[in-house]
Amino acid sequence: MHPFSYVAPKTIDEAVAVLEKNGTRARPFAGGTDLLVQARANKWDLDTVVDIKKIPETMSLEVSQEGLTIGSGVPCYQVYNNEQIKKEYPGIVDGALIIGGIQIQSRATIGGNLCNAAPSGDSICPLIVYNAVAHISGPSGSREVAVEDFCTGPGSTVLQNGELLVKIVVPKPNAGSGTAYQRFTPRNEMDIAVAGVAVSVQLNNNGDDFESVRIALAAVGPTPILANKAGSSLSGKPINDDSISEAASLAKEEASPISDMRGTIEQRKHLIEIITTRMIKEAVKRARG
Amino acid sequence: MVQVFENKTSYNVVGTRPIRHDGIDKVTGRAIYGADVKVPGLIWGEVLRSTEVHARIKSIDTSAAKKMPGVFAVMVHQDLADPGTETTRNGLQDVDREFFNIMAKDKVLYKGHVIAAVAAIDRNTAQEATRLIKVEYERLEPVRNVDEATSPNAPILIEDLIGDHLGENVANTNIATHFRHEFGDVEGGFKLADLIVDREVSLEMVHQGYIEPHNATVIWHEDDKLTVWSSTQGSFGVRDQTAKFVGVSPSQIRVNYSEIGGGFGGKTKVYLSPIAAILSKKSGGKPVKIVMDRPSVFQATGPAPGGKVKVKMGVTNNGKITAAEATIRYEAGAYPGSAVNAGAICIFGCYNIPASRIDGFDIVVNKPKSAAYRAPGSPQAAFAIETVVDEICENKGWDKIQFRLDNAAKKGTRRGDGVLLEKVGFEESLDATRNSSHWNSPLGKPDNGKLRGRGLACGYWMNGGGPSTCDLMLSDDGTVMMNEGSADIGGTRASIAMQAAEVLGLAAEDIKPSIPDTDSIGFTGTTGGSRTTFATGYAAYLAAQSMVKELKTRASILWEIDETDIEFSNGVFRSTKESELKLSIKELAEKLGVTGAPVSTTSSVNMAAGGNGYAVHICDLEIDPETGKTDVVRYTAIQDVGTAIHPSYAEGQIQGGVVQGIGWALNEEYFINDDGSMANYSFLDYRMPTSLDLPMIETIMVEVPNPNHPYGVRGVGEVPLCPPIAAVGNAINDAIGKRIYEQPIKPGRILDAISKD
Ligand SMILES: Cc1cc2nc3c(=O)[nH]c(=O)nc-3n(C[C@H](O)[C@H](O)[C@H](O)COP(=O)(O)OP(=O)(O)OC[C@H]3O[C@@H](n4cnc5c(N)ncnc54)[C@H](O)[C@@H]3O)c2cc1C
Repeated sequence: MHPFSYVAPKTIDEAVAVLEKNGTRARPFAGGTDLLVQARANKWDLDTVVDIKKIPETMSLEVSQEGLTIGSGVPCYQVYNNEQIKKEYPGIVDGALIIGGIQIQSRATIGGNLCNAAPSGDSICPLIVYNAVAHISGPSGSREVAVEDFCTGPGSTVLQNGELLVKIVVPKPNAGSGTAYQRFTPRNEMDIAVAGVAVSVQLNNNGDDFESVRIALAAVGPTPILANKAGSSLSGKPINDDSISEAASLAKEEASPISDMRGTIEQRKHLIEIITTRMIKEAVKRARG
Repeated sequence: MVQVFENKTSYNVVGTRPIRHDGIDKVTGRAIYGADVKVPGLIWGEVLRSTEVHARIKSIDTSAAKKMPGVFAVMVHQDLADPGTETTRNGLQDVDREFFNIMAKDKVLYKGHVIAAVAAIDRNTAQEATRLIKVEYERLEPVRNVDEATSPNAPILIEDLIGDHLGENVANTNIATHFRHEFGDVEGGFKLADLIVDREVSLEMVHQGYIEPHNATVIWHEDDKLTVWSSTQGSFGVRDQTAKFVGVSPSQIRVNYSEIGGGFGGKTKVYLSPIAAILSKKSGGKPVKIVMDRPSVFQATGPAPGGKVKVKMGVTNNGKITAAEATIRYEAGAYPGSAVNAGAICIFGCYNIPASRIDGFDIVVNKPKSAAYRAPGSPQAAFAIETVVDEICENKGWDKIQFRLDNAAKKGTRRGDGVLLEKVGFEESLDATRNSSHWNSPLGKPDNGKLRGRGLACGYWMNGGGPSTCDLMLSDDGTVMMNEGSADIGGTRASIAMQAAEVLGLAAEDIKPSIPDTDSIGFTGTTGGSRTTFATGYAAYLAAQSMVKELKTRASILWEIDETDIEFSNGVFRSTKESELKLSIKELAEKLGVTGAPVSTTSSVNMAAGGNGYAVHICDLEIDPETGKTDVVRYTAIQDVGTAIHPSYAEGQIQGGVVQGIGWALNEEYFINDDGSMANYSFLDYRMPTSLDLPMIETIMVEVPNPNHPYGVRGVGEVPLCPPIAAVGNAINDAIGKRIYEQPIKPGRILDAISKD
């Protein structure tokens, strides 16, 4: 690792300007729990790290009638310790709670997790099933991208030169909805997902049929995957083992994992089916309160 | 010399639990570890490591690195001192091959193999400079495991290696050694058997996983004396190996003791000190420090060998073993010297077998050179033998403890390598297992859909002896300064000091242990082989005995009576004739000045062998049949510890061994890519268990004193790692009704086994 400079701009415009000027030799720096590890491993050749945590917009954490706003500099522990978020967005908490241990969670951000774009990123699938939107600022102004479209490959995103993720906005869930995320890891903690599934269900008024369902899969493709077929197979279906197992087997088909040190293709596909089943049931349980 | 002791059953200090002498230093951060060393003028060294797994080095161009501002020195293999021509001959010692392991000459044999090194003003500059070194490789096909290494057209790793195959010299081979231990009529024994079970297990390399990376700081002074700091299990080993590879005599090197953040056998090897020494010399005597990073520790420091172990065992219908056979093929890594010798000694160590044959193979592969790891070679062997014994018992419906008792190794049993055992405590350990609350409590059935299983397995480790030195000096206040030469990796300052305290009738706290540099204490072997409490403790015992003798003389001068009329017990000297004449050591210490010179004593020993260690483990676990995930829910380790000098630290050793064994069984492995490199060189992907993956490890210490030690010490630190792979494997079989013969028994393998009906 060679010496690099550290800047901490106080406004989005300043940050964008430094990023634009330095191109690939500068990176935004949130918690740094990915960035520093990767810099040490020479994944980046950096001249400048741009700390985004002095910018007020990136540090806001707000729960309102419209939804939840998570600034891109907010560490996970603030998210999962927030009582309102715990109550209204349990799926977000499921993800934030398992990113590393307590030391990591004190720095690691959900924004950084998203921008790092690991297929196994634990907060990304929950964001996808909640219909979250990424708010981006860059040299040519601001734009919004659905989180499901944000990652474009392992470690790559829609972000262009000079662009910065400012915040993530999660729309407020309707009554009768429930969300849950779980991953499979051989160890109980401090591990990386072999496969993970987030499910968000919207039930009908009686709570016995699915109205709509979103299912997202982690660590089984080059990006987190929105499993459209699996999710839509449940629209209007009664909540029972048949409908759930059909959705789970569709999710299994939509997964396209590789074999590596963390697991094999067959194992990962099998796990997707199992965890999808479990998460649909958990999401239904949460929807019913 | 074997002296046989009558063991007492009650002691004053032995068997108590004082706070370790180095405890406050360690919890307050005052203790100095190797990487903490700071010396004026310090510069940093960094090494360039091979990106290739198996390749010839065509050229190394260091010119750009040499020119980089801030760089003081650059070195390659040729800058080391050649230890001698015999290094290329047959019969090469493992340590001689280290000459090529420390820094590759014309071939790299694993990814991470050191090729060159740089010293620079700071660490980052040194790192950047190594990136300027250009290496041209000619890539060769990698040899990834023992089967590939021994296949007919296998690429040869070491062209000048002459293999010793049952006494014959064989060229052009990756099998460095094939040896055999055999006695009795093996074929005849199998003919007598009513049941023969024959199984092969396979294992991957695993790492000790110590927290502290290797490090070294070296100053090459202008008078060609060298000062070294290095976290090591053996300062004298660092001194002697460094001397050999930098071309000085050991007496020119002083190695300072540093605290050590874990070793488990892995810090018996020397990687950095010779490099830092040469860099210091080339930098004009500047102190040079090198600290490895974690990827280097995984990719380039010695793991425990993987390989294959095959065991065939015959039994009669009335439960007697008639014969057994084993073939152990271990991965030495890049250079010869796996733990296959010890594996062969241990594999049948638990049993009394009338006829056995053991074939051992030491095989080089394109992986880092293997190193010791707690009971080196025995856990892998135990996985095979204890799986076979479990299958025999299941097949015959026999009680797993009774079968083992009926065939247990005991005094007079001939071990597989021919050695006759002295008094050992295996039967006592099996009895304790049978009486344990764990063994007698029902396994229970979880209501969460998980499958539960219980496994039992045993393990054996012979324990080591060897040379040790201990000096004692009595202070005026009646405390005793103690110098001893053993690196303290498991509470041995305490366990050694307590033995001196026991002799002297003092409290453990009255002994002040230190571990001085190699110029200031007599030669002491590396901490390893569970030898330290046994051998250095014995040296402390003898030095304390000498001190008692000397103090008797002083009391006789003081009291003007005959020495033979003075007795000593519980720290008090008494006249046997006049009851008013008595003095405690503390009282006597104040009066020493009038009786003569200061009182200091020393003792050096060379112990023949340690006391054989036996362990029996019970493991209960739960498996999620849908995901293949295993959770160990209860675990009890029963072990003959001889005498637990400090029971808490003996328990800690047992618990730590079990934890490492559970990791080894379930998830730890060198996951090797197709190109032969290690994929998972971080603690994220090298999955050691965390506290959340473990139950409380219960221990039952059985004390069958070792007759060759005054307090019956056997050595406790290694045998607890022997049974767990098999105990976990047997429990998994109990839970899912399937045997998995490949370590690690990871979730994917369990899923596969469950789905194959
Ligand atoms: C010990 C350990 C355990 C871990 N465990 C887990 C785990 O269980 N699950 C998991 O998913 N991850 C895990 N991680 C990875 C990491 O902690 C998470 O991905 C974390 O959420 C990253 O957040 P950060 O704020 O630290 O990101 P940083 O490291 O600061 O940034 C990550 C990447 O995003 C870019 N970036 C950051 N902020 C922005 C922005 N506002 N705009 C544009 N780009 C930006 C950075 O340049 C960098 O490329 C672990 C890491 C460690 C070291």
